[in-house]
Amino acid sequence: MSEFAIELRDVVKKFITPEGNELAAVNHVTMQIKNGEFFSMLGSSGCGKTTSLRMIAGFEWPTEGEVYIDGELQGRKPPFLRPVNTVFQSYALFQHLTVFQNVAFGLEMEHTSKNDSRRRVGEALEMVRLTGMDKRYPKQLSGGQQQRVALARALVKRPKVLLLDEPLGALDLKLRKEMQLELKSLQKEVGITFIYVTHDQGEALTMSDRIAVMSFGKVLQMGPAVEIYERPANRFVADFIGESNFLDGSVKSVKDGQAVVYISAWGQELTGIVTSKVNVGDEVAISIRPEKIRLSDQSTPNAISLDGTVVNSTYIGSDTHIYLDVRGQRLKVWEQNRVSTLDPRAYYQNGQKIQLSLVPENTLVLPKE
Amino acid sequence: MFKRLRESKSAQGTLLIIPTLIFMVGMLIIPLLLTTVVSFGHPNANGGVTYTFSLDNYIRLLGFTNDCPPGIKTCFTTLYLGILWRSLTLGFNTTVLDILLAFPLAYFIARIHPKWRDTLLFLVLVPMWTNFVIRVYAWMMILREQGVINSLLGWTAGLLHVPFKPLGMIYTPGAVLVGMVYEFLPFMILPIYTSLEKIDNSLYEAAADLGASPFRTFLRVTLPLAMPGIVAGTILVFVPVMGTFIVSDLLGGAQVILIGNLIQRQFLDARDPTFGSAVSLAMMAMTIVATYFYTRKFGFGEEIVV
Ligand SMILES: Nc1ncnc2c1ncn2[C@@H]1O[C@H](COP(=O)(O)OP(=O)(O)O)[C@@H](O)[C@H]1O
Ligand SMILES: [Mg+2]
Repeated sequence: MSEFAIELRDVVKKFITPEGNELAAVNHVTMQIKNGEFFSMLGSSGCGKTTSLRMIAGFEWPTEGEVYIDGELQGRKPPFLRPVNTVFQSYALFQHLTVFQNVAFGLEMEHTSKNDSRRRVGEALEMVRLTGMDKRYPKQLSGGQQQRVALARALVKRPKVLLLDEPLGALDLKLRKEMQLELKSLQKEVGITFIYVTHDQGEALTMSDRIAVMSFGKVLQMGPAVEIYERPANRFVADFIGESNFLDGSVKSVKDGQAVVYISAWGQELTGIVTSKVNVGDEVAISIRPEKIRLSDQSTPNAISLDGTVVNSTYIGSDTHIYLDVRGQRLKVWEQNRVSTLDPRAYYQNGQKIQLSLVPENTLVLPKE
Repeated sequence: MFKRLRESKSAQGTLLIIPTLIFMVGMLIIPLLLTTVVSFGHPNANGGVTYTFSLDNYIRLLGFTNDCPPGIKTCFTTLYLGILWRSLTLGFNTTVLDILLAFPLAYFIARIHPKWRDTLLFLVLVPMWTNFVIRVYAWMMILREQGVINSLLGWTAGLLHVPFKPLGMIYTPGAVLVGMVYEFLPFMILPIYTSLEKIDNSLYEAAADLGASPFRTFLRVTLPLAMPGIVAGTILVFVPVMGTFIVSDLLGGAQVILIGNLIQRQFLDARDPTFGSAVSLAMMAMTIVATYFYTRKFGFGEEIVV
């Protein structure tokens, strides 16, 4: 068994658009997905996630580069010969077959014996909590149930890798949250490698062991959720994942994984952590997450204190979202409401003067691209 | 009264079906009843009908006749049953051939790039804008002794210096079959196309993903989902083939007499509308029975229309 369940080596997929232009939907992508991993491809619509997945499944062939499944070069192997299965965004259930027949379809194609097939379909339906629904037709099920039939139909084949293309996209928010947790625990239970495509960053952060952030056919960053959120490789990733305050500046000096950046808008230098290589003189973006700015009078050592004015504050229950004007720059700060009180002053007032402190550990120096 | 009507949903419903009801009664029920009444009568000397209640026409249709060799009172002929049987088999053969021809065509049109689809559907429909009879005449031109095929063959034979005797294609059962298959092909293509066109591409991909080869995908996915179209097409082809007389008239000559010809001749040549009516009703009964058993086996397909 190969160390990697899936490997994409410098894969390019070009399409001819209806206007007759050439479009690289996937542009020199390299990925190594380990066995048993819950791996997500995250990116906004049109960034090439589905195309990447379809090349693994065998519905598309790469224009350049190679796809390996379990160390084996796939070339132009058709989908029905690849040891992977797909959960389609539209579910693609066979409307003329019952739930049982849908799930048994893949086993029938493998010529599994009737008894084995019945037992495995039963297990699969139990796993997705659809026991007793086997005689229904897909049309007689709710969206969430149909989604689970699609899941059971793919899982029953015990594939090396399960490919999921925005499988929860059509469900309402509450059901989606439920299914996220269910999918995650299911994946741990069966131990199959999952490749999960989504444009929902919350979903990717919740479920994945590792995430590949994609944009315009390229992988911008690949790593565990913590790494993507706390050490984004560039400004785009920091902006796409979660929220952030950005300040423009130029690098004065770089040393020991930290850089000193001159913020011209403030006429002030800030020190921050370097995540990708930057050079002295580079135009960079400073990124500070809104929950990592401290509003207080007490200054920590090596913190930089700044004065600001509250422009707007919104009470949202667990937190208060405060929008500040700091020397002409807008900053957003999320403060946790740690004290239970009805006093409006505890939740900040418009026009209130306030002091905030920025520490280098919470300040990131990011390339703009 | 109007107030009640405005408030009662069921009264409104009743009112709404009245036009349909008038149409059904006027165009279907009354003519059918008339035909039934006539079929129990006798023809009289001046081509009219003497109304009686006799089953003579039906007995005659089964093959019992008084027109026997001297000394025998009633005897039996398979003449009419033979015609019924020939019509049934022709209907069956035409339908099967049309399915075999229409399916690949419909599949091709349904799967081709959408920008070509309208053009191809248009081409399927174009022949139907010419008169039915003219289209059959065209087949006469193609099949007859000095027709297109024989001329081409003769010309080729001339080039190769081999003797050539024109093929006797016209006025054979084969010619009638070819004509029927051609005439009704669009009625098979369109419904099959409609059901194939509804099959989302992701279903083919899902089948392949689950390990089905293209052939098994066809058997397990394409064919079952196309069934409603095949059923509809079968009814649209089989029923009219049973009643058409022009094709067999022009391409079958005196050789191939079908129920349609039999009925037509009773009304126009033999001047016996009573026997014509009996044959018509028998044909209708046969068609209904065939359609009943067929749809009971395959359904109308509505439960699988996606
Ligand atoms: N068959 C195709 N022909 C032409 N362009 C395509 C085709 N499939 C995808 N594309 C284009 O490739 C890009 C990436 O598509 P896709 O992989 O579906 O993105 P995502 O799944 O990330 O939303 C899009 O701009 C899309 O329009
Ligand atoms: Mg997509």
